[in-house]
Amino acid sequence: MPSIYTSYDRNVRLTWVYLTGFLVIAIGIGYVFATALNAPGILPIAVIFSVLMSFGSYWWSDSIVLSMSHARPINQEDDKELFRIVENLSITAGLPMPRIYVIDDTAMNAFATGRDPEHGVICFTTGLLNRLEKSEIEGVAAHELSHIGNRDTLLSTVVVVLVGFIALLADWFRNSLWFGRRRSDDNEGGQLQLVFFILAIVLSILAPIATMLIQLAISRKREFLADASGVLLTRYPEGLASALRKISADPEPLVEANRATAHLYIADPFKGRRIAKLFMTHPPVEERIAALLGTDN
Amino acid sequence: MFIIILLVLLAVALWGVLVYNRLITLKNRTDESWSDIDVQLKRRYDLIPNLVNTVKGYASHESGVFEKVTEARTRAMSAGNSGDRAEAENVLSGTLKSLFAVAESYPDLKANQNFLALQQELSDTENKIQSARRFYNANVRDFNTQIQVFPTNLAAPAFGFAKRDFFELDEEAAKKPVEVAF
Repeated sequence: MPSIYTSYDRNVRLTWVYLTGFLVIAIGIGYVFATALNAPGILPIAVIFSVLMSFGSYWWSDSIVLSMSHARPINQEDDKELFRIVENLSITAGLPMPRIYVIDDTAMNAFATGRDPEHGVICFTTGLLNRLEKSEIEGVAAHELSHIGNRDTLLSTVVVVLVGFIALLADWFRNSLWFGRRRSDDNEGGQLQLVFFILAIVLSILAPIATMLIQLAISRKREFLADASGVLLTRYPEGLASALRKISADPEPLVEANRATAHLYIADPFKGRRIAKLFMTHPPVEERIAALLGTDN
Repeated sequence: MFIIILLVLLAVALWGVLVYNRLITLKNRTDESWSDIDVQLKRRYDLIPNLVNTVKGYASHESGVFEKVTEARTRAMSAGNSGDRAEAENVLSGTLKSLFAVAESYPDLKANQNFLALQQELSDTENKIQSARRFYNANVRDFNTQIQVFPTNLAAPAFGFAKRDFFELDEEAAKKPVEVAF
């Protein structure tokens, strides 16, 4: 019988599976591109570029996201009840208490970021704080705190590095085709070279899409995981389930969200997006509620 | 042949070191989380004198209750660990309930901002005590699991690691559902 614990274990396992698969595929694709261009040197360069590009966004993730969202900080005097909720959850989780921020928007949403638990940040919209009951806010706060505790910022940075690495290679390959930089000075193994070349052309189109899908799949599993971890803190799944129901029923989109930060929020901030499940950053709400309450509910 | 035996022994020794280190880490975390419960209990002790004084200001002749609370607090603070401590804590909770029951009869007191703030702080402290206990239980669960799974359970007794108990309610009265009568 599935429980929150098995849900937790399953999602951790799946993350590892996806990440390992991703790494293997990324190396494979990189190899194909490097061989097709006959330029093995581009592999380490692509890795370095991707890492450098992503490192900044990871290291300063808290400042970057907060300024993009126009959030303002909250301390104990501003909202005692919220402060206590977050403080008590931090004690239960054994994590340092994150800084609390608020976005002035009637849409209901929340996110968490920060490069590690010591630099953790949780942010709520005023809409969410005003329209949810205490037990529901607690469920949401526990979910967000779990993102910090599960080091999801670090994980998504690693994933973004891999995605960026593939995208870079695909771009360079397509550019080299366009500008005719094919090296024709190496005619040995001509037929194998050709096979790789054709493979590289196909991959340069498919690979970026495929890696994006893997990234989204990992993102969905981490959302499930944050749900499960949050409930292991509050021991009250109905709180979060009820909050998710209310949030998903609200059609209002969040003004401050943009595509770069959409995946961080507890629910997709762009309401009413009609996209296939494969392209969703978050799992469908019905599935999340079913996982929380057990399938026999 | 001799080399193979040596290598096997070395591998076993290495495994033993890793297991021991892991168990020590989990045990220390469990110990720390047990002390964390004390930190929250101490918060409660610190809040009580202020609370008693505020109530005294309005209901000075209810001295019996005040004495009971102060006495229970002193006993809880000086109690040792485990059994005695848990019982003393439960007695203290009981006297606090009586104190708040007394306060119900004094509307001026109930409107006092100081009293309201203290009441909220105490309520929050109770929540914090629960949070600390839950964290302790989580650590006990992880520790117990680690010493019971195979193959760690072969080495754990040799190193002297024993199963820890979860934090449980001993007081029978606390386990019964609360009656609400109007």
